[in-house]
Amino acid sequence: MMRSLLVRGMLVGLAAAALALVVAWIYGEPQVGHAIAFEEAHAAHEGHEPEVVSRTVQKTAGLITAMAVYGVALGGLFSIAFAFAHGRLGRLGARATAALVALAGFVAIELVPFLKYPATPPAVGDPETIGSRTALYFGMVALGVLATTAAVIVCRRLVPRLGAWNAVIASTAGFAVVIGLVYRLTPKPNAIPEHFPATVLWDFRIASLGVQLVLWATIGLLFGYLTERALAHHPARTAVPAGT
Amino acid sequence: MAQSAVPPAGTSPQARPAPAPLRVPIREILPWAVFAVVLGAVLIYFVGAEQGATSLFGGTWVHEFTHDGRHLLGFPCH
Repeated sequence: MMRSLLVRGMLVGLAAAALALVVAWIYGEPQVGHAIAFEEAHAAHEGHEPEVVSRTVQKTAGLITAMAVYGVALGGLFSIAFAFAHGRLGRLGARATAALVALAGFVAIELVPFLKYPATPPAVGDPETIGSRTALYFGMVALGVLATTAAVIVCRRLVPRLGAWNAVIASTAGFAVVIGLVYRLTPKPNAIPEHFPATVLWDFRIASLGVQLVLWATIGLLFGYLTERALAHHPARTAVPAGT
Repeated sequence: MAQSAVPPAGTSPQARPAPAPLRVPIREILPWAVFAVVLGAVLIYFVGAEQGATSLFGGTWVHEFTHDGRHLLGFPCH
């Protein structure tokens, strides 16, 4: 059971990465190009560093590899989260559970870090602070995962007392307060160079958000569809009575 | 498929189809969860962070090769 869920998650992650790649090429790459042109125009006097990997390879093989590996990793982690959630969120079926887990994953891993430490195009960000920015970013991912998991657990406990609707509202509000407090208390290392075009920054960030949105939506919907279909074909072999 | 699942005493999943959606027992998920988290962490580390803040290998090839993906997926790149 778990083996097939994990394999399915990784393959679905790969398919989702392929769709996200299309978004990255259409909406993201032009902005990366603009940012690199800006970077080169403003660093021209410092002399040209030798290229380790050409732009063409970065845009094609490099981006494809990065997206594929990221998609497989996310898909695998998603399938584990799905296994924990399925049968434990009321009476939701496989499709609804997968969609909810994908929504929670998007909020935890993408939205929570993004709102505080949004994606930055080349030329934005001080190389001197890469260490602290990396730590803050992954710390925010960890916080997103912990806070979302906590909200789901609290919500499940509140359902018998408040009913499903109010329990979701209460736990979401608690989640928002915690995240809002952490946002207020964490530092923000801003290093946007002077005269960097605001439209490029905005378009790049929206493209980055779009890539992640397509990735998560595809994982959630495709995984749910495939799992629902697999369970319908083999209900007796895979079902374990509730109460465990 | 569910050979390692231990059904609760007195029930048999084969004889009586479950009324609720399937629920994989936690102890069956855990080893797979550890495997997926370790694998996922290694993969995400190499896509998102190697040769940025920390380096396991010398040079900048991994950083430069994953450069566009790193930026577009939202990781701090440089």
